[in-house]
Amino acid sequence: MLEFGILFPSVLNGLTTGAVYALIALGLTLIYGVLHIINFAHGAALMVALYGVYLLKSRFGIDPYLALPVVVPGMFVVGYALQRGIINRASHGRDENILLVTLGLSIVLENLALLLFKSDTRTIETAYTLTTLQIGPAFIALPKLVAFAGALAASGLLLWIVKRTDLGRAIRAVAKEKHGAKLMGIDVDHVYAMCFGIGLGCLGAAACFLLPAYYVNPQVGSGFVLVAFTIVVLGGMGSFAGALVGGLLIGVVESIGGLFLGESLGQIGIFAIFIAVLLFRPQGLFGARV
Amino acid sequence: MRELLQIIGCAALVGALTIAVDSGVWLTFVMMALYASLLALAWNMLGGYGGQFSFGHALFFGTGAYVQAIAQVNFELNPWLALVLAVLAAAGVGLFVGALTFRYGLKGSYFALVTLAFAEVFRVLAVSFGFTGGGVGLMLPLRESFANMQFGSRKGSIALVLGFVVAAMLVTAWLRHSRFGAQLQAVRDNEDAARAIGVDPWRVKLGAIVLSGGFMGAGGAFYVQVFQYIDPAIAFGPSSSVEALVAAIVGGMGTLWGPVLGAVVLHLLAELTRNLFGSLPGLNMVIYGAVLVLIVMFLPRGLAGIGQSVRDVWRGRRD
Repeated sequence: MLEFGILFPSVLNGLTTGAVYALIALGLTLIYGVLHIINFAHGAALMVALYGVYLLKSRFGIDPYLALPVVVPGMFVVGYALQRGIINRASHGRDENILLVTLGLSIVLENLALLLFKSDTRTIETAYTLTTLQIGPAFIALPKLVAFAGALAASGLLLWIVKRTDLGRAIRAVAKEKHGAKLMGIDVDHVYAMCFGIGLGCLGAAACFLLPAYYVNPQVGSGFVLVAFTIVVLGGMGSFAGALVGGLLIGVVESIGGLFLGESLGQIGIFAIFIAVLLFRPQGLFGARV
Repeated sequence: MRELLQIIGCAALVGALTIAVDSGVWLTFVMMALYASLLALAWNMLGGYGGQFSFGHALFFGTGAYVQAIAQVNFELNPWLALVLAVLAAAGVGLFVGALTFRYGLKGSYFALVTLAFAEVFRVLAVSFGFTGGGVGLMLPLRESFANMQFGSRKGSIALVLGFVVAAMLVTAWLRHSRFGAQLQAVRDNEDAARAIGVDPWRVKLGAIVLSGGFMGAGGAFYVQVFQYIDPAIAFGPSSSVEALVAAIVGGMGTLWGPVLGAVVLHLLAELTRNLFGSLPGLNMVIYGAVLVLIVMFLPRGLAGIGQSVRDVWRGRRD
């Protein structure tokens, strides 16, 4: 029953999706790890980025991969402004408030998209949309392979920023000891906003890699938001390695679950993992004991 | 005692206006505002008095709605009997989810996310099984009579939902003054301190989620009786969760009249924008979301706490 010829393409497919999931989850885990807030608007922000890529392609004919230098900085600016302009001001020092504000933002963004674009599902056509490559017994769409490589590269870049640059050092200092960092002359509000910006920048990159093989509609983000939370929780809140491994794992679980249980029931596997991890191992696979 | 009189007085007023006025627009507005109040009051029991923010109250709403529909469509049960089952089932789901999550000490953002995940699981299950009508949903046959809980006029529906709202407000008033309610609020304010003085947080929170789930289930059952249709997206999708939560927070969490005030204000806003811009899809929700953000930013105590918030700002200025 477990034929290699069926299972292998499914695993490969899962890995390519999983890499994009990982990139999305990295943005989420960065925001959580430093700001200690749960960005509920993460899915809605991804949806905004996807529409951005879509509009660049359909209005100006810009290829999604070439749109990277536009969409990533664009999302960064949006994130920076959201954090400094709205989220930081609304928190009043309480985490629940931030959760509520990001929920409110996600409702506004999703329904603005519904107003502007109607509920139609949109896709884009590129020269390489239907190109496939053969790997062993599996045929895999070229955009998916690009997404896999691109997502891993973007994740690597993010890790480099956090581990090797001055900004990264400031980010880690704020994450560890906010008040101490402030005393050392680090502008905490600026670092917070930078993190939020970078987190949304990851979504911009994810959107560019996703769209050639995916679609966009106003609700597209809500599917990703629970998946991203699952990955972050599974990998351990704030853990980068956890988000990477968790993303790939969830991609494979979703793909194999879909193979055996069908599309809709296959999603249950993800939610089951999410609930089970939260209940039995809330620190995740790589996280420190909370 | 004063709160009891307020509740009875207001209910009598709404009842009298319903009997006296015959305008369809007005009656529909009253019905929808009461229905939204019911959802908000249900959310407030757990979120406002228990401090547990649920993002997935649609879980209970949908359970109530589906039990109400399935009992009638598949088992030919009388809707009044189905209503009892629907409320019990929703409360039972509350018991299950609460036992699981509170047992493992999930709170804050984690609790919010888990309730959302449970609602999603139920949505996927409702799509996947046959007896729920799958993705197509279930339709109630039209049989207008009092025994069938289909009143043929808005006035009957208003009487029904007004009854639910009064019951929910009485329970809320009880939460404000009873020993159980005091324990619940103690757990909300400081769980460790509450435990130290001998309160069992698990039991108390469980009680709150069961009450909250039951009333939310009544809301779902009411929805089915009025609109005679339910599908997985309506039942377990985010809109009823959002409606309940936003109205309670906008009006003022942990207050008796806040949820009702929030529901009425939001529906007035929705009506107003419909008159200004026509009924565009999503516009209502944009307003709900924006109002939620603005309220959390500027009036964290909600509309019911305007006086206190203004005093705070005034004091802050002077210091």
